Amino acid sequence: MSTRLAQGGRLIDRSRQVSFTFDGKTFRGHPGDTLASALLAGGQVVMGRSFKYHRPRGAVAYGVEEPNALVNLGEEGRFEPDTRATTQEIFDGLVAESQNRWPSLDWDIGAVNSLFARFLPAGFYYKMFIHPRAAWKHLFEPFIRRSAGLGRAPRARDADRYEHFYAHVDVVIAGGGVAGLAAALAAGRSGKRVLLVEQSGHWGGRAVVDGARIDGKEAADWVADAVAALDAMPNVTLRTRAMAAGVYDHGYVLVHERLTDHLADKSGLRQRLWRVRAGRIINAAGALERPLSFAGNDVPGVMLASAMRDYLVNHAISPGDRTVIVTNNDDAYRTALALHEAGLIVPAVLDARPVADGELPERARAAGIRVETGRAVVRVKGRSHVTGVEVGLHVGEGSVLEEIACDAVAMSGGWSPVVHLWSHCGGKLNWDEAQAHFRPDPERPPLGADGTGFVRCVGASNGHLRTGDGIADAVAGAAWATGADAGKAPAGEDADEGALMPVWLMPQGAGVKLRAKMWLDYQNDVKVSDVQLAAREGYESVEHTKRYTTLGMATDQGKLSNINGLAVLSGALNAAIPQVGTTTFRPPYVPYTLGAIAGSAARETFMPLRKTQMDSWHVEQGAEFEPVGLWRRPYSYPRLGETVKDSVAREILNTRKNVGILDASTLGKIIVKGPDAGRFVDMMYTNMMSNLAVGRCRYGLMCNEQGFLVDDGVVARLSEDTWLCHTTSGGADNVHAQMEEWLQTEWWDWQVYTANVTEQWGQIGVVGPNARKVLEKLGGMDVSKETLPFMHWAEGELAGFPVRIFRISFSGELSYEIAVPAGQARGLWDAILAAGAEFGMQPYGTEALHVMRAEKGFIMIGDETDGTVIPQDLGLNWAISKKKDDFIGKRGQQREHMVDPLRWKLVGLETEDGSVLPEGAYAVAPGDNANGQRNVQGRVTSTYHSPTLGRGIAMGLVERGPDRMGEMLEFGAGADPVRAKIVDPVFYDKAGEKQDG
Amino acid sequence: MKRYSVFAIAREGLRYHQGWERAWRSPAPQKRYDTIIIGAGGHGLATAYYLGKNHGIRNVAIIEKGWLGGGNTGRNTTIIRSNYLQDASAAIYEKARSLYETLSQDLNYNVMFSPRGVMMLAQTQHEVRGYKRTVQANLLQGVATEWIEPARVQELVPIISISGPRYPVLGAIWQPRAGTARHDAVAWGYARACSEMGMDIIQNCEVTGIDRDGDRVTGVQTTKGAIACDRMGIVVAGHSGLLAQMAGFRLPVESVALQALVSEPIKPCLDVVVMANTVHGYLSQSDKGEMVIGGGADGFNNYTQRGSFHHVEETVRALVETFPMISRLRMLRQWGGIVDMTGDRSAIISKTPVRGVYINCGWGTGGFKSIPGSGWAMAELMAKGEPGPLAAPFSLTRFREGQFIDESVAAGVAH
Repeated sequence: MSTRLAQGGRLIDRSRQVSFTFDGKTFRGHPGDTLASALLAGGQVVMGRSFKYHRPRGAVAYGVEEPNALVNLGEEGRFEPDTRATTQEIFDGLVAESQNRWPSLDWDIGAVNSLFARFLPAGFYYKMFIHPRAAWKHLFEPFIRRSAGLGRAPRARDADRYEHFYAHVDVVIAGGGVAGLAAALAAGRSGKRVLLVEQSGHWGGRAVVDGARIDGKEAADWVADAVAALDAMPNVTLRTRAMAAGVYDHGYVLVHERLTDHLADKSGLRQRLWRVRAGRIINAAGALERPLSFAGNDVPGVMLASAMRDYLVNHAISPGDRTVIVTNNDDAYRTALALHEAGLIVPAVLDARPVADGELPERARAAGIRVETGRAVVRVKGRSHVTGVEVGLHVGEGSVLEEIACDAVAMSGGWSPVVHLWSHCGGKLNWDEAQAHFRPDPERPPLGADGTGFVRCVGASNGHLRTGDGIADAVAGAAWATGADAGKAPAGEDADEGALMPVWLMPQGAGVKLRAKMWLDYQNDVKVSDVQLAAREGYESVEHTKRYTTLGMATDQGKLSNINGLAVLSGALNAAIPQVGTTTFRPPYVPYTLGAIAGSAARETFMPLRKTQMDSWHVEQGAEFEPVGLWRRPYSYPRLGETVKDSVAREILNTRKNVGILDASTLGKIIVKGPDAGRFVDMMYTNMMSNLAVGRCRYGLMCNEQGFLVDDGVVARLSEDTWLCHTTSGGADNVHAQMEEWLQTEWWDWQVYTANVTEQWGQIGVVGPNARKVLEKLGGMDVSKETLPFMHWAEGELAGFPVRIFRISFSGELSYEIAVPAGQARGLWDAILAAGAEFGMQPYGTEALHVMRAEKGFIMIGDETDGTVIPQDLGLNWAISKKKDDFIGKRGQQREHMVDPLRWKLVGLETEDGSVLPEGAYAVAPGDNANGQRNVQGRVTSTYHSPTLGRGIAMGLVERGPDRMGEMLEFGAGADPVRAKIVDPVFYDKAGEKQDG
Repeated sequence: MKRYSVFAIAREGLRYHQGWERAWRSPAPQKRYDTIIIGAGGHGLATAYYLGKNHGIRNVAIIEKGWLGGGNTGRNTTIIRSNYLQDASAAIYEKARSLYETLSQDLNYNVMFSPRGVMMLAQTQHEVRGYKRTVQANLLQGVATEWIEPARVQELVPIISISGPRYPVLGAIWQPRAGTARHDAVAWGYARACSEMGMDIIQNCEVTGIDRDGDRVTGVQTTKGAIACDRMGIVVAGHSGLLAQMAGFRLPVESVALQALVSEPIKPCLDVVVMANTVHGYLSQSDKGEMVIGGGADGFNNYTQRGSFHHVEETVRALVETFPMISRLRMLRQWGGIVDMTGDRSAIISKTPVRGVYINCGWGTGGFKSIPGSGWAMAELMAKGEPGPLAAPFSLTRFREGQFIDESVAAGVAH
């Protein structure tokens, strides 16, 4: 049973208590405790259940690498699953709950899986549940889904806020241990901008726990001085609780900072994602200790030796009264000594090596601790808690020589550098035979834009596990990163360590029964036997093994398990470890919230919302909006008691009878200007635009290279060298980007400038028989048919507003589109409404716009076109210049399939009974095609109820359609196909008498 | 080969699983084969499998640069659907989907095909019209889809927020028999079956050159030596252009990285697959409990299979808005896969200018879901020398003729 010692604990403040609950039970800890340390203090060793077998588990680690002690944390809008108890700092009122168990942590029905573990090896699900076919979806999979997963799914909307923060620095240093601090001091002195981030709440890393000395001082004192010195440097930024999550191309680093997760007061911003562009990146992320693979190494109470030391030194946690140490290296003796000095019993140190005569083992012996070399743990006894260990020869097969009663086991299999940030962007690794780990290959770093390395690992993350070496390496790294002389490195001292002996299986001759109880990946329940099974079955690539067994796919992403697993694999394949290789390191180093990725762009602000100058007026009128690109536009303006369908009909009839007003401001407006502008617009449009006279307008079509119609709009020539290109509302940005792409990549020598002035102008449509009267009443310009004929434009002042008036029509009615500088648009809008009142003016929305254009047979980009339609399909040959040598899409339109006489072409469609054709319906043709699909001969592209005509109208594309006027077609394949007649697509005012009023 | 079954598991369990055989052999290459498939991904293995199963062609080697299934087969978001708009696409994807239905039984390997249903949300009026059209098209193509209203969307997806401030859910196209499968298992299952038919799967064997006699293929140069053949299939998504270059012709494809990520695992909360094309994201929950999120393709060409941040941010932002409860979940892992994109975003299954060389590429974002159909059609093409009705529309010549199969029309960008 774990407990809190009466003295010690360098991080806790014993003068204060913090109260929290775990599974409904109240616990108390101190400020400075993590959830794991506080639970251990309260005697709660079991903290979670494993993924597959639901085995009881305690914390095995001290930090982010923890695979077992994951909890549901918080409530409602602040609930989150899978939180690591080892990194979550406690605060008053914290609520935690164990997960992946039912009904309780102690009595978990899922643990029945454990009884059948023998029949559930790696990949068992690939070999069973095959018959009967339907059972997978309806029986087996739901069962597997329910028993898998870990924490509960959140239900509520997140109550917290997040933000992104952009930083540009010369050097980012990841890791605030003594190596990171030494690098920051050296880099800081160079005057460069330095950002030093530490993922935990404390500086100093391992050195302060292990009692190293630096420059003759206690490590803790040196760290305090270093942090003070860095704080005083204006060019250095320090952040704790900030984890360097990933390195991307071109020195891009993401840092995840936790601001309130450790506080009871959650009112502030919760987390911040730093988006850092760095010249150089120093990875000082340290190293992680590896477990040893012996039977029962997952029983609660078995812990990494370093983690046990951390809990003891930092939080005064006694892991138990009697702790057996098992190791293959000298470092674990530090744990033995620390426990001994705290007055706890260390019955034995079991060292797999034949000889252990380094400084630390000798000190342990001198302290009276029993040291047994050449020994192994054969098996840990106990189910939900360690009760003892069986001891045997490491070189043996598992015969038990002795049983030692104990309630905790500390294990150490050596250390692996944290190389994630090095590897994210392509840095390569070498196998270090002496230390039995992968370390960065300095010859193969991740390369930046200049072809040189932009990341360097220093200290333990570079394989320098001793304090002195690590600091010297860090200072050298700072010199590399800054290009400046870094000065003399602080001198670090710690105890000498003897050589480690790689141990991948303990005891090394263990048989199948023992191997089936040796855990590699704790959370996912992957054992030594599973990796060996994968190898036996031919899943020999390390990636196959990973995917077949799920090794390294848990929430720790293999931090504890990967090296051990691939060593077992290499043993099974009889291949050297470097030949087996590693799996890929992917961002993030530690998982972080999706909320932080989304940042402040949440709810209303999650995407920019573009509003016109008249938006607030639309809101006041109770308009129904629809999104058009990033804009919102009024769909219609229903009045009290009206449905949207009613209001659309009213708006149409009123516009046709009196006059309507339309906010057309979202219409794309692109200025094309320069000596070569005429040549350029001739290329962009299928029509001839260069010969358009100043003061005139022309409807134009834009195609892509393939010849397909992508945008349309009216072009006005503003002056000798200036064209104004109107585009669709949703298409403006794309059209502008396309123009720029052509200018910048193909016609870079043409003198043309483009500017998207969509937002600089408001645009108001005044449409209907009374339109001219309204403008005449406003006064200031001659808008008569003679002075301003159809497809002309004029500049002037209307009611005192500077305007351009375009005589163009998308409804067939007499229509003026009035452009006004955006800042004055609302003023003009109000003036027009006031003037229009006596003429029956009413606003209309996009749906009325669409119906009126369909009544008139005008095409709509996105309805009649879908990226597969050429202008010729739509009867728009008149808008395709035959005089021009070239335009974008011309060659595409000459291809064989484009001139096929059987292409589907635009027609009007009328149902027999006046009903509205179904949206998107296809006209069927006799028979099936070679793939057994029903043959078709056309489809509906637009279909509406026309209030003007009092019946359904539709446009469609039909095979040879214009040659088949009057023919009946059947639409849809259901029991009730709808019959419709092919007619002219112009349903209203075929003679075009209305447009002049 | 020993069959997999619950009885086999029980038998082996009693002897600590010491008796399992290799799932596939690992032979050294022979000097020649009738047929060589370059690329042991899903499509290459499926091609080999149907060559053997449907056409009796079994003297086949499948050559793989890395580890089998290690390309996009092992790095996609595992969605299987066939609600495509154009006839040619609907035919081949529906063929694939229907083969997936029985694939576990056909291969005696549980690929975990789960017809949990796929919905594509309509969040603008334009999408509403587009998906209604797709439903109409699907009806005639024999693909079972339906248009569903927002209330039904909410019922099927309790965690969705259908009344978002910017893009409320206006409805969805719903394909009940679409779903997901375990991606690695598809490659492994096909590999095991190919090996069982006597085909050689040669991993860690990079093709360095393609040998020709005039305009006819004679074999390949590899890092494991020269291998002769009469007939060759190039099935190497992401690197198709490079292999075509070795064979001496050019392809209208570009290679770009497609982004994806998963969250930490949680208990089941999402039983169906949801795609939201307006906001460029799709979401499902794996059997392991991870939320699997697919995003867009990077806007530049490259061959690195790395994750980038730009699309992840955009996708996550949109999905947090549509599924507010995911905000407090954590991103566990992100990655990229290299897809080759054609001009019309549809695949190429075709003869080539080199006699005896056939190519299958350009699946873009639709690769995984098409594997069985693609293999079926490619095998038919290679066996007969002429395409069957499934493959015919996907010929290389369509770009010259302008006979595109454009799916960006209604399906949005990702499909």
